[in-house]
Amino acid sequence: MITEIGHLSLILALLVSVLQIGVLGVGYAKNIFNWLYAGTLMAVVQFGFIGISFLSITWAFVNSDFSLTLVTNNSHTLKPLLYKISGVWGNHEGSMLLWVLVLSFFGFLLAVLQRQIPLKFKALVLFFQSAITLAFLSFILFTSNPFARLEFPPFNGYDLNPLLQDPGLAFHPPLLYLGYVGLSISFSFALAGLANGSINSAWASWVRPWTLLSWVCLTLGIALGSWWAYYELGWGGWWFWDPVENASFMPWLITTALLHSTLVLEKREQLAKWTVLLSILAFSLSLIGTFLVRSGIITSVHSFASDPTRGIYILAIMFLFTGGALVLYLLLGKKIRGGRVFSFWSRESALISNNLLLVISAMVVFIGTFWPLIIETIQGDKISVGPPYFNLTFTPFMIALSLLLPIGVSLAWKRGDIARALKSLIAPAILALVLAILILSIQTGMRMLGPVGLMLAVWVILGTLWELAGKVGIGKHSLGKSLRWLKLLPRTEYGKSMAHLGFGFTIIGIASITSWELEDIRVVRIGDVYQVGSYEFQLLDVKETRGPNYFAQVGEFEVIHDNSQVAVMLPEKRVYPVANSTTTEAAIDMGLLRDLYIVLGDFQGEDAWAVRTYIKPMVNWIWIGAFVMALGGCISLSSRLPVLQERKPRKAS
Amino acid sequence: MKTLRKKGRIQLLVVSAILLIIASVLIGYGFREGISYFRNPTQVLADMPGPDETFRVGGLVQPNSIQKNGDGSIGFEIGDLESSIGVVYTGILPDLFAEGQGAIALGNYVNGVFEATEILAKHDEKYMPKEIADTLREQGLFKPVGETSQ
Repeated sequence: MITEIGHLSLILALLVSVLQIGVLGVGYAKNIFNWLYAGTLMAVVQFGFIGISFLSITWAFVNSDFSLTLVTNNSHTLKPLLYKISGVWGNHEGSMLLWVLVLSFFGFLLAVLQRQIPLKFKALVLFFQSAITLAFLSFILFTSNPFARLEFPPFNGYDLNPLLQDPGLAFHPPLLYLGYVGLSISFSFALAGLANGSINSAWASWVRPWTLLSWVCLTLGIALGSWWAYYELGWGGWWFWDPVENASFMPWLITTALLHSTLVLEKREQLAKWTVLLSILAFSLSLIGTFLVRSGIITSVHSFASDPTRGIYILAIMFLFTGGALVLYLLLGKKIRGGRVFSFWSRESALISNNLLLVISAMVVFIGTFWPLIIETIQGDKISVGPPYFNLTFTPFMIALSLLLPIGVSLAWKRGDIARALKSLIAPAILALVLAILILSIQTGMRMLGPVGLMLAVWVILGTLWELAGKVGIGKHSLGKSLRWLKLLPRTEYGKSMAHLGFGFTIIGIASITSWELEDIRVVRIGDVYQVGSYEFQLLDVKETRGPNYFAQVGEFEVIHDNSQVAVMLPEKRVYPVANSTTTEAAIDMGLLRDLYIVLGDFQGEDAWAVRTYIKPMVNWIWIGAFVMALGGCISLSSRLPVLQERKPRKAS
Repeated sequence: MKTLRKKGRIQLLVVSAILLIIASVLIGYGFREGISYFRNPTQVLADMPGPDETFRVGGLVQPNSIQKNGDGSIGFEIGDLESSIGVVYTGILPDLFAEGQGAIALGNYVNGVFEATEILAKHDEKYMPKEIADTLREQGLFKPVGETSQ
């Protein structure tokens, strides 16, 4: 019964979106206030219906309703509750339902929030938003119906892939979707702005919170996915340049560019056309990401069972929206007027360089990701483009970006003084250089990436702090006065600095792990002692245990450093009988300066086991950095929320 | 004003052009380092790649072919329906690696043995790497795995 209601409300949601498009379209064309108002409210109704539908499928999972094909294939009565719920989106149909849920959720938010936007323009944005929702709702109902029934329900389900039974993965897809789909709002805003020719500072201030929100969710979603891969897959890697990882990373790069260009548009009425183009590009890339994951066209660890019809349908949606948007852009983009002039050394120029670097780095990732597809189509050869390509092509642009960052934030709008900016950054520059030389002299071997990476990280971090300190006059005025000024700084300033600090932290992690990771693979007998770096590992025992829905072999390792015990680590090898699959659970001893990482491999006979041991310096800074970046985004966002806006006294100067 | 704007535009074009040139050069070098070809065992035996070429070979792990060499390395045969080649790998095998299942190995073919540096097994029970599915399809014996269930 409940699932019937769910199915019905999904169909009703589709009808509502058709109706909404009609009402908004007519209302806009004939300028009828009531129609525009009613059409806006329909976003609420639509979200309601999709919400009911989503809840009912969740209910079916929680109560193990095996009359649904989806539940049978992806759940089991013995599964813990959290994974019953996350099982909803751990598969194709459910994840598409989550996708439209988020899509309509953003429509709903737009309808009820942002009262400052004129109704007519808001209606136009919702018109485009609803068109996207309609396309995806029809995709679900016609090709991937989550409510499909089984004629003869089995007694139990086939379980969810045990790799996916993990808290990290329970939250990774929803966050990523919030980010992906959040970009639909910027996209709809861009189309609406094009259609009525109003891409200006006000437009930028309306769209910026949405871009920020998407960016925060994308950042967290990608970081969570990377962290999950690190501790769950047992390969010890944190980023594989896998096509689907790239599919989430490209929109992130473009959205990061978009955030910076929207800033220029908002503050200086510059880069209007470019910002619109980036908005279109960002959402198109997230559609491409969906296409990549859902079509299984490129071999990837993320592919679900692939189905050509679905791939073609999503491809059609993608071409319709990307193509349509680009045509609209070419036809109407000319109307957008150019902005004011600025000199070569200015914040505007710095932000344009930021945009160029980010877009080009997204471009090289794009080429690497799609090259195998192109070659296979043209020549028929099967190739893959591996990490060496991406490391070589992507890294230089990130180096340039981090070199420019502190200089860029020190330049003033319109006409900056480069000599003064550089002078103010002498201290961070010297400190960063000294550190690099120090590391270079300590480390064995002449690897450059580590010292250079840390130098850049310190440069970015200190440069950011220096700029903040300069802004409140630390050193020039009394400390009390500076602190008072610090308090008065707008929250967006904190947000910006925080995000830039996070970027620096992430560089620390990436540079360290790329240069100084230690890896050891060997066969270990129970009782054996072995050395990796300055750590001593002893395999004490391997025991058999059982969990709620699996059996496991657990290795017990004692770790000694400087003659004292650091940790007892328990890597596991699990067998899930229902899904008939094995997983390795790496044991990780986490630390701010290093992670110890042990994977228990296959039994080799006579008390011996294959064991892989890693020492991973600074690895956690990769995710700490991402988290700090997202936090920065949240702080900036908070200053845009009307509820949180407090009245501030004007700065007296 | 006009000329200033023009100047700005030219500067932008020059910078973008330089960046694009750098990107193209990097992409060229990147492809040289990062591209690996996929071959099935029959293709490897027909036209043996040199020991310096890193490529991927994929197929089914032949039944009863996995052997542990005691030094932590593992040997197994990977084959399609016509032929198979020996693979040696040191390290921990992926969770879903098993005899009779699809796998892809990355490495070099040296003296008649494929020395693998990386092994990818299919990622879940429903999914078969596309390259392997294609190989089997070309040889006329493709049985879709998992696609029937949905």
